[in-house]
Amino acid sequence: MEAPIKFRIGKSKIYQALAIVLAIGCVVPLIAILLYIIKSGASKINWHFLTSIPKPVGESGGGIANALLGSMIVIFISSIIAIPIGILCGVFLSENRKSKLAYYTRLSVDVLQGVPSIVVGIVAYFWLVKPFGGFSALSGSIALAIMMLPIVIRSTEETLKLLPNSIREAAFALGMPFHRVILKVIIPCGINGILSGVMLSVARIAGETAPLLFTAFGNPYIATDITKPMQTLPLLIFNYATSPYND
Amino acid sequence: MESNSITTENYNAYFGANHVVKNVNIDIPKNNCVAVMGPSGCGKTTFLRGINRMHELIPGATSSGKILLNQENIMELHPIIVRLKIGMVFQRPNPFPNLSIYDNIIAGYKLNGVKMSRNQKDKVVEDSLQKVALWNEVKDSLNKKGSFLSGGQQQRLCIARAIAMEPDVLLFDEPTSALDPISTATVEELLFELKKKYTLIIVTHNMQQAARVSDKTAFFYLGELIEYDETKKMFTNPTDSKTQDYITGRFS
Amino acid sequence: MSQISALRSVTLKRLDFTRQKAEETVRIKRSYRHIWGEKAFRKTLIIIAIAIITLLIALVVTLVVQSIPSIKHVGISFIWTKVWNPVKDIYGGLPFLIGTLLSSFLALIISIPFSFAVAIILGEYYPKGWMSNLLKNTVELIAAVPSVIYGFWGLAVLVPLVRAFETKIGVAPIGVGIFTASLILAVMVIPYSASLGRSMIQMVPADLKEAAYSLGATRWEVIRTVVFPYVKSGLFAGVLLSLGRAIGETMAVTMVIGNTNILPRGIFSPGNTMASVIANEFTEADHPVYLSALIELGLLLFVVTLIINVIGKSIIKKFTQE
Repeated sequence: MEAPIKFRIGKSKIYQALAIVLAIGCVVPLIAILLYIIKSGASKINWHFLTSIPKPVGESGGGIANALLGSMIVIFISSIIAIPIGILCGVFLSENRKSKLAYYTRLSVDVLQGVPSIVVGIVAYFWLVKPFGGFSALSGSIALAIMMLPIVIRSTEETLKLLPNSIREAAFALGMPFHRVILKVIIPCGINGILSGVMLSVARIAGETAPLLFTAFGNPYIATDITKPMQTLPLLIFNYATSPYND
Repeated sequence: MESNSITTENYNAYFGANHVVKNVNIDIPKNNCVAVMGPSGCGKTTFLRGINRMHELIPGATSSGKILLNQENIMELHPIIVRLKIGMVFQRPNPFPNLSIYDNIIAGYKLNGVKMSRNQKDKVVEDSLQKVALWNEVKDSLNKKGSFLSGGQQQRLCIARAIAMEPDVLLFDEPTSALDPISTATVEELLFELKKKYTLIIVTHNMQQAARVSDKTAFFYLGELIEYDETKKMFTNPTDSKTQDYITGRFS
Repeated sequence: MSQISALRSVTLKRLDFTRQKAEETVRIKRSYRHIWGEKAFRKTLIIIAIAIITLLIALVVTLVVQSIPSIKHVGISFIWTKVWNPVKDIYGGLPFLIGTLLSSFLALIISIPFSFAVAIILGEYYPKGWMSNLLKNTVELIAAVPSVIYGFWGLAVLVPLVRAFETKIGVAPIGVGIFTASLILAVMVIPYSASLGRSMIQMVPADLKEAAYSLGATRWEVIRTVVFPYVKSGLFAGVLLSLGRAIGETMAVTMVIGNTNILPRGIFSPGNTMASVIANEFTEADHPVYLSALIELGLLLFVVTLIINVIGKSIIKKFTQE
């Protein structure tokens, strides 16, 4: 059986090499993207770029200040809405494993997680833009908050589920009421996992564009009024990339 | 002259820098059943797995020395060839769950790419199952997956799978520790029968089992082969004090 | 004299009693506050949970209600009508259905060898070590890049490349189209099936693999005959989840697909997916039925994604419960 064995061993090594090549191949586009962006963008970032607003079409110069500020505002508002609600919902789910309400809530969270971002944008439009007659940063923030919720809820629930029951029992045995046990003991214990879930959700929405297309809509000027349209970085990229003008 | 003996010369095994099996020199005669015993962590399983070159599958594991199978140094052969001559049965029965009983038996041939006619395959399956006294129990369910078998039957299936490859030596790593007493008895009877055709090496924690089944016993302690002799003598009149302590239960 | 002392002791006792009562009252008041706090907190949690469920229901209801005008106008033939011409008031969803399916499946086919390779490498060949950590983090980074950046890079770098490729093979050199979109989608989708596949592969019990090794199998043979059959359903679930993601992806696709509302004639023709046409035409929709048709597409998108995700998740649950 000498020859076949050598052949089989060779085959095994070839497959291993093939797998390695393919795996490295995955990484190639990512590196290409990073290189491209750094190469063509890094030279242009300067203080002027970061603090001025875009010039009208046809003029060179200008910057991204409105988008930067807008992104920050929108992210901030979404976080304020989504983080407390998300954490508390996660608390609810981890405290009530078996109740019917918890089951349906968990189900809803799962479904919400899979909703395409553009659908969230559509719904936010009908809830917050149409009735109030105009685009606004607030509506965009709420759309993004809806997208943040499942991530925060999920990670909070998973983190808290992992905490040993003895911590809860120790707190209760000391006579602490439920809300104190949660707010002062359980959540601080799980703060690492909760925070990482929060970070993940913020990172996710920081780059989102689709929900903002018909909610925050974009704004060529610096805006601070959240009831008016606002520009964010991803929106800016989208608008410029798809515009027919060269600048 | 065909001698199925295994001889090790200065065999050592390491996990990284950890010297787990130290300088073992042992002679295992043909058609004998040798029990390998010792307290937990003494290196007996590592030694066993070294014989069919499974030890080196673990990252960082190395070995040195010679192991002769029929005067041939198997440390210099390719591991796959070694495993075709030395079969292994594991502690927990592990038939392949996605294959039927029939396919499990000939799995060894299939894996090695050996093409056989339907008749040849049938013969191998029936042969192996007869040898482990499982044929009558499963001959009507050969195409079913083995999960409906009891623990003892599954273990016998694994033994059948190993002997279907016609090895010279069979290694058993605590083969009955996961089985109930009745299945254990059946497997032990089987070992008696298998002795006639193959050379068996069994790692066991169970002293009564060693006494019942083996011709010779090797006692390992902290990686070294302390004593190796006829089973009867080892259990009634051991030479080394450590062996004595182990047998009388001072430590396990 | 004894009268006074008797009076004093009685008074002292009375004062003592009063003090005890006062302390008790404070203690009871405090625990009432706690009990009230608890009740309020628990109620809040329940309200939040109900709110989440309501949010989802409201979402679905909004989609359905807003699609009704279009459903009334066109009916079920929406799904197979080939023409989308808002000017003439004809709304057929087939071009986008085909566009979505074509681009997503093509993306899957392209990405599967890569994600399986990553899954095997991380799960079987190199589960530990600095190289495997590097690979794992890099692949996860792929999922972290915002889709606009993919779209932007696609427009700037990939489209010219595809254009050159198209010229070479003699197809109309447009650059944008279903093929380009599939390429980008393939990259974006790799991390999902790769990480799921990796955890499934790591769950294969060691003694099954050892049984195969002891019978003389090579590494690849062990993977082929033991690992793959064991994780078959898990890998399939990973593929499904990737599909769900690809179908719902909007921005990157919109930027490179060419935005043409026709039935794609081949993989190199431009087209539109359900998500990208909504993104493009939503703000231009001038009359209600137009808008409603777009919403109907959104509803369709939502339902399809939901079904795929549900099937994928239930397979995973079944697998991890075995």
